[in-house]
Amino acid sequence: MSNRLDSAATPLLTVDAVGKEFFGNRVLEEVNFSLYAGEILGLVGENGAGKSTLMNILFGMPVISQTGGYDGRILIEGEEVRFSSPFDAIDAGIGMVHQEFSLLPGFTATENILLNRESTKYNPLVEVFGDRIKTLDRRDMRRRADEAISILGFSIDPEALGAEMPVGHKQFTEIAREIDRKSTKLLVLDEPTAVLAESEAEILIKSLRGLAERGISMIFISHRLQEVIDLCDEIIILRDGRVVKETKPAETSIFQVASLMVGRNVEAVSTERRLMEETETILDVQNLWVDMPGETVRDVTFSVRKGEIFGVGGLAGQGKLGIANGIMGLFPAGGNVTVKGEPLRLNDPALSLSRDMAFVAEDRRGVGLLLDEPIDWNIAFTAMQVQDKFVRKILGGLIKWRDDAAMREVALDYINRLEIRCTGHRQRAVELSGGNQQKVCLAKAFVVGPEILFVSEPTRGIDIGAKRLVLDTIRQVNEDTGATVIVTSSELEELRSVCDRIAIVDSGRISGVRDASRPAEEFGVLMLGESPSLVPAAATIGGETF
Amino acid sequence: MSGKFEKFISDFGWPRIIIALFLLLLFASTPFVGVKLDTSISDTLVRVGMNGVLVLAMVPMVQSGCGLNFGLPLGIIAGLLGAVTSIQVATSFDALYQVISSGGSVGVFASALSSVLQSGARGLALFGIALAIALPCAAILGFLYAQILNRVKGEEMMIATYVGFSSVAVMCMAWLLLPFNSPVMVWGYGGSGLRTTISTEGFWRHILSDFGSIDFGNFYFPTGMFIFFAIMVCIVWAFFRTKTGTAMTAAGSNPEFARASGIDVNKMRTISVMLSTVLGAVGILVYEQSFGFIQLYMGPLYMAFPAVAAILLGGASVNKATMANVIVGTFLFQGILTMTPSVINSILKSDMSEVIRIIVSNGMILYALTRKTRVKR
Amino acid sequence: MTPPVKNDSAVHKFTGTENVKHFLISNSVPIIFIALSAIAIPISGFSAGYLIQEMLTRLARNSFLVLSLLIPIMAGMGLNFGMVLGAMAGQIGLIFVTDWAVVGIPGMVLAALISMPIAAFLGFICGSVLNKAKGREMVTSYILGFFINGIYQFVVLYTMGIRGLHIPITNPQLVLSRGFGIRNAINLTGIRRALDNALPLTHNFGHFTISIPLGTYVTIAAFCFFIVWFRRTKLGQDMRAIGQDMAVAGSAGIAVERTRVIAIVISTVLAAFGQIIFLQNIGTMNTYNSHEQTGMFSIAALLIGGATVSRASITNVFVGVTLFHMMFVVSPTAGKELIGQAQLGEYFRVFVSYGIIAVALVLHAWKRLQERERARRGLRGE
Repeated sequence: MSNRLDSAATPLLTVDAVGKEFFGNRVLEEVNFSLYAGEILGLVGENGAGKSTLMNILFGMPVISQTGGYDGRILIEGEEVRFSSPFDAIDAGIGMVHQEFSLLPGFTATENILLNRESTKYNPLVEVFGDRIKTLDRRDMRRRADEAISILGFSIDPEALGAEMPVGHKQFTEIAREIDRKSTKLLVLDEPTAVLAESEAEILIKSLRGLAERGISMIFISHRLQEVIDLCDEIIILRDGRVVKETKPAETSIFQVASLMVGRNVEAVSTERRLMEETETILDVQNLWVDMPGETVRDVTFSVRKGEIFGVGGLAGQGKLGIANGIMGLFPAGGNVTVKGEPLRLNDPALSLSRDMAFVAEDRRGVGLLLDEPIDWNIAFTAMQVQDKFVRKILGGLIKWRDDAAMREVALDYINRLEIRCTGHRQRAVELSGGNQQKVCLAKAFVVGPEILFVSEPTRGIDIGAKRLVLDTIRQVNEDTGATVIVTSSELEELRSVCDRIAIVDSGRISGVRDASRPAEEFGVLMLGESPSLVPAAATIGGETF
Repeated sequence: MSGKFEKFISDFGWPRIIIALFLLLLFASTPFVGVKLDTSISDTLVRVGMNGVLVLAMVPMVQSGCGLNFGLPLGIIAGLLGAVTSIQVATSFDALYQVISSGGSVGVFASALSSVLQSGARGLALFGIALAIALPCAAILGFLYAQILNRVKGEEMMIATYVGFSSVAVMCMAWLLLPFNSPVMVWGYGGSGLRTTISTEGFWRHILSDFGSIDFGNFYFPTGMFIFFAIMVCIVWAFFRTKTGTAMTAAGSNPEFARASGIDVNKMRTISVMLSTVLGAVGILVYEQSFGFIQLYMGPLYMAFPAVAAILLGGASVNKATMANVIVGTFLFQGILTMTPSVINSILKSDMSEVIRIIVSNGMILYALTRKTRVKR
Repeated sequence: MTPPVKNDSAVHKFTGTENVKHFLISNSVPIIFIALSAIAIPISGFSAGYLIQEMLTRLARNSFLVLSLLIPIMAGMGLNFGMVLGAMAGQIGLIFVTDWAVVGIPGMVLAALISMPIAAFLGFICGSVLNKAKGREMVTSYILGFFINGIYQFVVLYTMGIRGLHIPITNPQLVLSRGFGIRNAINLTGIRRALDNALPLTHNFGHFTISIPLGTYVTIAAFCFFIVWFRRTKLGQDMRAIGQDMAVAGSAGIAVERTRVIAIVISTVLAAFGQIIFLQNIGTMNTYNSHEQTGMFSIAALLIGGATVSRASITNVFVGVTLFHMMFVVSPTAGKELIGQAQLGEYFRVFVSYGIIAVALVLHAWKRLQERERARRGLRGE
């Protein structure tokens, strides 16, 4: 299967000391590996470990060159390349199968497979209007599609429309598209099995192996570790932008990979642990489901004690973000939610807000801020609308006049307290940096004076200094006002440093709730959704030192 | 310094600056081409007063995120209904007054109203009746219109245009069929169906304009109309200073944010559409009292376009508008419309004003539509 | 909660009754108009011979214009309200051939040749502007139509005929008495019915005679073949791809913006030809008004034929033109017979033209919103 033993061969792909910095934020450092023809490389790592940045570099995505390029070299068959657009990468023989389907709904499988590479026939008008006026050669297109599909070893109806295909067929169609490109030497598959049923995933794995035998190399990115171990020749584990381990399936196990993915230096974990006294339950959630696109919550049950900081973690797309959004009424939801002993009617944001709950949304720019409005508006708006704060009542409350002076005062107060860097309270939110925007979002929630505060992805996209400050602020509000805080984050370490207890969400369900002081590996295993019965006592996996 | 200047230019936008300079040039050149400056200024101001409220009617919908109100004809129709009804009332009660003065007896209310209509308050009373009919009609039409717009988010403008057009066509049929019978309004022959233009002379012509107006040689300033316009501007300004107005602005600025803050975005949009439509109705009544004629049938068809162009010329965008945009825009736009015929025509000896109006107003709208707006996720 | 089940097959097999229902729903607009005509025709009291002749003439007159709308719809750019640009280009061509007194078919061909570069240029401008206004192509092209109309008026009314300028129009029958600018009405005697009568065909049906403008129909048929053929070219395929998803098409390497411009250029040039065919049938040209209604009437006709903002076929064109003009012909008379006012019927047809566009746009936007909702529910697995 592998040509590696044949040491004379030049590797198809060599990644040599590749690194990347985003605005002074290092996301990738010294990544080295090489890949030979017909080899399958498994790439695993937590969200934010640097997988997508690495793939963006490899694929010449414009975002890389726009942010200052990358360090190190990428060599294809021994020659250095520097792609300026994905099309360069395609020309060099790299194919990418994305996580989201990029199929045209009204095109047949054949048309989708051959999109922009259709077989054409000459006609005299070409002389006048150029090549694009060539007529399509439907018969040859069908032949090529059949051929690509047969290489995959999976039967798709070549005439089925994109919109009407089952999910599995869509995935195969995407791969067939890359196969038809005769020049494809390296195929990057980003979570190809995430949407597939188990049986379909097995077929896919089998056909990928078939492709490898034909000499096509692959980089396989997946969170399903069993697949990675079954399929790949080499496994690379990324963490915090670094390769922490390069290994072979035979030399490792799921648990080792899992712990390598999440494991961190023990000192990094905040040592100060609070002793939570048993307080009453303030929020009780039973069988919650939330229809949030991409973050579906299927059946979640948990309860939060008054005054604690409760973490919600899990991999992207597993539904952790849906929980807060559902309880706050932003996405269609169902189930029983009890707040301070009283049931909450879901699907009405105003109602949720009126129950002394506040929400700092993960989508800062989309939901969290009025980008075109000044800071004072952003901070005061929710409190004004929900609690009639910053409102002067005229004519016995008939007219509710906006109190700009009070808004200014509160805005200046929070600008001061949270160290929001700005030119003044009238600066528009869009002009602030990510960290300062996040502080405005927090201020907006604090002004409401919530008893329960949901904070989602508080540190996403902000620099390290601001991260600490944001987390400290959350902690401080919890301690000062006794507010219960529910933090949702993809970064486990962040949760462990600030929370008392952490729930891990997998496939829309809670796979476990643990004390934040438990070792990281324990959470890692919960995140990967491996059946708990297979997991040996967590303490034993944590034993390894890195 | 130069940085500040550049920022000013980019904030204000080149088209606006060019048009403002052009207008200044037109005013400055009046003495050289034999056009009276005082008349020009006076004409411009009258037209600003006439059109101001119609331009103001753009603001609520723009602010709530419904885009430019190309559906303005809907409000205009409500205003027209009020206008023709008030004239019908006047004719009917004038007849009634004849009956009373010749000794006939009628109800207390009817006789009171008919004597009011013979008094000095005739014009105001009739204008009040016109408003009283127009406003509820506009509110109802606006509500229905909002129900459509809430279902077609993102494509409001084109749909608004054609909803406006269709409603004008429906009203064309209605003007033919509605049972009005005042001889000043119906066609002389046939005896049914309203005329295309109806004079408001003897009813409420110049009822606002002439209130405290200044007449000075060639210079005429419609004080009352400007006071009324100022009041309307203040009301809209004040509305956006209230809690509801703030919520409406937020709903337009970022509907997702507003929703997460417990705002019913569709309700805010509905209120804004109703408000815009009501202002449209008021606006056309102000326009007609100054103009002196009610224009029915296809008259309102294209009336949205000058208003849209004016507010954009004033610096508004497709999703943000202020009172300053309204006032500046109306002045610039009406200034161009007034000055080009007189100045350009006396230079070129031909009437190019229509062409310039078309190019300026549509060019302005085109500019606003093609400017990059904030990408929503 | 029950775990969502992945939909294994979204392919839905229609049963017999569902088929009928589906047919009725998807063709509801033409069906309503057929019903309206069925009521209005007897009321109007027109003879069958008259109506058939009228429809044959109007189909020939308008079909080409309406067909020119198909290509931008294919490219996902909606209804091309900018087709009036093409109409203006066509009229400029006609002004020149009238001035030069080139008559008959050569006159028409020359007019088409003159209008082609103008239309292509205007189409290029229109396409480029629309690329800056993605997502609101329709309203932008609509306003652009007005804007270019202003420039057209400027050119035709103020610069044409001025001696020393490069646009010399000498025929005093064309130029206004003041010495420059084109008259409001131009008599197109030279090319009147040139194409219609190129292949004369009349048939006597006993009590009425029908003449068929065969030359025009041949041209229209050729155009239809062109569209069918065009759909099968690489360019056509690219346009279909862009029409469905610009991002996907772009990531597959299709030059999205360029292709969109091409779609509009083709449409504008064809609209110019269409306007020439339209005017040769009418025989007189209203220099400053003829083009204004072209866009609206063509779009309304297409929509009445059952097309939507995102789907239109050649069948839609012919059904639409027939139904729209049937209503056009009979409604004033029917209104007069019914209420005694011909004016009412006229306003009714104005209302229908505007109303049908409004309804089509609302339905399209609404459907898109619902489809988004349905896609969301699909994710949930319901």
